[in-house]
Order: sequence, then C-alpha cells, then structure tokens
Amino acid sequence: MSEMKKKILLADDDPDQIFQVSHHLKKWGYDVVAVESREEAERYLQSECPDLAILDLMMEEEDSGFILAYRIKQCEPQVPVIIATAVTAERGISFDISTPENKAWIKADHYLEKGFRMEELEIIIKGLLK
Amino acid sequence: MVVDDEPGIRSGVKRILSGHSVSFPFMDDDYGFELGEASSGEEALEMIKANPPDILLLDNKLPGITGMEVLEIIRKSHPDILVAMITSYASIEVAARATDDGARDFIPKPFTPAELKASVDLITKQFFLKRITRTMKEEGKKIRYQFLSVLSHELKSPLNALEGYLVMMKDRELGPDMDDYNQVLDRSLQRIEGMRSLIMDLLDFTKIRLERKEDKIERLDLEERAHLAISTIKPLAIQRNISIKYEGQGDLFFEADPIDLDIMMNNLLSNAVKYNRDGGSVELQLSKQGGKMEIAVQDSGYGMNEREVSQLFQEFVRIKNKRTKGIAGSGLGLSIVQKIAELYGGHIRVESEPDKGSIFRVILPVQ
Repeated sequence: MSEMKKKILLADDDPDQIFQVSHHLKKWGYDVVAVESREEAERYLQSECPDLAILDLMMEEEDSGFILAYRIKQCEPQVPVIIATAVTAERGISFDISTPENKAWIKADHYLEKGFRMEELEIIIKGLLK
Repeated sequence: MVVDDEPGIRSGVKRILSGHSVSFPFMDDDYGFELGEASSGEEALEMIKANPPDILLLDNKLPGITGMEVLEIIRKSHPDILVAMITSYASIEVAARATDDGARDFIPKPFTPAELKASVDLITKQFFLKRITRTMKEEGKKIRYQFLSVLSHELKSPLNALEGYLVMMKDRELGPDMDDYNQVLDRSLQRIEGMRSLIMDLLDFTKIRLERKEDKIERLDLEERAHLAISTIKPLAIQRNISIKYEGQGDLFFEADPIDLDIMMNNLLSNAVKYNRDGGSVELQLSKQGGKMEIAVQDSGYGMNEREVSQLFQEFVRIKNKRTKGIAGSGLGLSIVQKIAELYGGHIRVESEPDKGSIFRVILPVQ
C-alpha cells in the first residue's frame, strides 16, 4: 500500500529557484505547493498546513522568511521549517542557528545557504521528516 | 572634571558651570555640564580610570605630580579627553609644551566667569566636532559595506540559478530529449542577460562615483541626445507595441558630459518602457525655463503608491509586486540617474499614481 505523499510548502520569489527545487522535490516523491511571496504563502497557510516548509528569507520584506516561519510554528509547532537564503554574513547578519540565542528567536529547524546541493537538501528533508 | 588643589577654584568652577549650557545652531539639544572634582593629579588619574570625563580642566601646579605629567599620561591612556590647562603663570613656555602634549586651550589664573565660560564653550565645540566626524566616518564605512554586500548578493543569485540549471542538464534531470530543456536554457540565458545589465549598470555607477570630469564637458544639443536615446530604446518598445513621443521646447543647449546625459535619458526611457503596459505610451519632454533644464519622461505604466515611491531611489531596491515580476533590472538605474543629476547641482522628482503611470523629472540648473 502506498503511503500518503508528504506536502512541502516552497516559498521563494526567484522563479528559477522554485523551478529547480520543485523539480527535485517531486522527483523525491513529495507534493509541492510553490508560492512566490509571503502574502501568497500566508493565504495558503490560512486553510492548510504543510508537512514541511522551505522558505526564502528575503521576499517582499528583508525578513519575510522569519515572519512565515513564525506563523507556521504558531499554528503547527511540529512542522519543520528550513530557511534558505543567499543572504549571508556579508550582509552583517549571520544566521547561524547553532547558538542558543539565535535559536530562541529564529523559528527554523534548519538554515541553508543558497547555492546548496540538491543532495544536501534531500538529506536534510529526510532527517526532518523522520 | 576640574583638577585643582585650591578648593576655592574648584567650587568657583562648579558654581560658574552649573546652569551653564552650550548650544549650536546645528544641534538639537543644548549641552549642559556635570562636574567632577579632584584635588591632586593622583586623585584625578584614579577618577579618570574609573569614569573618564569628556573635558578636563587641569591646573598645572599641583602638590604631587604636575598637571603637565597628568596630561602626558592621559594623552596615552585616554586620547579622547579634551584638556584645558589652568595655570597661574601662563608662560609661553608652559603653553607651548602643553599644546605639544595635546592641551586644547588655556585658562589663565585668576579667571573671570566669562573667561572660563568662553574657554569651556570653545572646548565643547571641539568635543562635538570630534564626535560628529567620528560618527560620520563610521556611517560612511557602513554604507560602503552595505553596498558591497548587497552587490555580492545580487551577483550570486543569478550564478546560483545558472549552476542549478547546468547541474540539472548534466544529470539529465528532464530526460534524454534536448527539447525538454528549452525552458531551462531560456531561463539560463535570461539570467545571464540580467547579470550583464547589472554589470553594465555597475560600471556606470563607478564612473559617476568619481568626480565630474571638467574636460569632458561640452555644449550639447539635448534634442540630438534625446533622439539618440529614443532610437536605442525603440527596439524594446516595438516588441511591446509601446509608442515613444518626443517634445522639445525652446533652446535646448546644455553644457555637460554627453555620457552623463545619455546614461540619464537611457535609464529613464528604458524604465518607462519596461514598467509599461503592452500598447502603452512614453513621452520624453525637454524644456528650458528660468535657468533650469528639465528632462521629463512620462509613461502610461503601472504607477506606484507612496510607499513604493519612497523606496525608489535606494540602491538595489526594485519595486516588487505582481506586475513587476519577471522584469529584469539591477535596481541601480534610478540611483545612477539621481547621482548624475546631483553631480550637476540638480535633482530628480517623481509623480506617480497606481494604474495611471509616472512622470520622472530631472531638473538641472543651467550654468
């Protein structure tokens, strides 16, 4: 008997990122809900909750990803959230969630720097959905 | 802090300065004083160690170590403290030595309240200038840093996209048939185009970051430059059935570097076309009136709300909404136009209404 497909919310304002990541997620056997803005993601979250979310940090706002992560954790605290972004330490903001202080306010289970390998993403998702 | 072995001097200084404040036309608040006192150099050094003052009024003739010695020590340990020497025999020799050691002013003893106040005012002014230049330097550093970091972000995104697509092709993610990769190839080419335009804009940007080159200034016929700019943008406009009209009034000669004018007009026109609806219109108007040259570009495009207009001139900011999605741009164009306008002592103004369109006006004083 086949298992129910897990649903992943993918929010990113870069259509190429959406295209590439969705392609791989589907290949790995997940259902994908792709949205291109925080607003769209919030609309989706009003009626449904995904099994996992991959959020771009900078969309309409510099911290759209954090806002979304917070919203998701508010309704379903156990849903794993991955924040993927090209914003790194060069912008003076380092989002290392290994320190307890950052972990306290960044509501994400994993942080990925864009340019990541798809194999890396696959391992992380598998780990978080266990 | 006042350092003097005579209690009368200390209480006198305290009396004169309590309630005294210094104000400057460019400062929001007046500056008042809080006074600490020490009766010897040793005591002063202890107090400075614990809680350094901004300004130190220092008597030279003290019971233990002299004022000059205190000055030498704190110049090394607390170079930010501004020092005025109080001395009963303001000899040229002491004055010269203390100045070498970093004293900012002299207060001859005995002094009148007015003399003390004048000295303190002067030194407070120096204190402020020092503080202001320091914050300005720090902010300048911050802006440069931010520019570079945003830039690296903007350059990295298309590289990530390209890399992702190439890996997909290498791994034959979409199957063995090349036809299935058309979208991947088209998007890759678009991202390359976007990166190219960013690099071109950046080159423009570094050019105008430098000084204006006086030897490149010539008397230009702006009508000629306008037609040149329109012909550059025309191919883009034709694809989307957008008409471009030109209107010029009066004598349109202007002294400038032709490259600067071309960059401004090309940027304004290409924005007017890019952020327009299919079948829309663009109008470039030139006019010279009352010692001012105006270059106005009006479009029938998407327009912007107030919040979007306020973000418009920030470097790398692109107005993101449903309709601007998919429009390529570096987010540098308008900051470039603004910088050039400022270089000529001018400015840029924008009027915009959502769904109606926008008018950008570059206003330049005629030399």
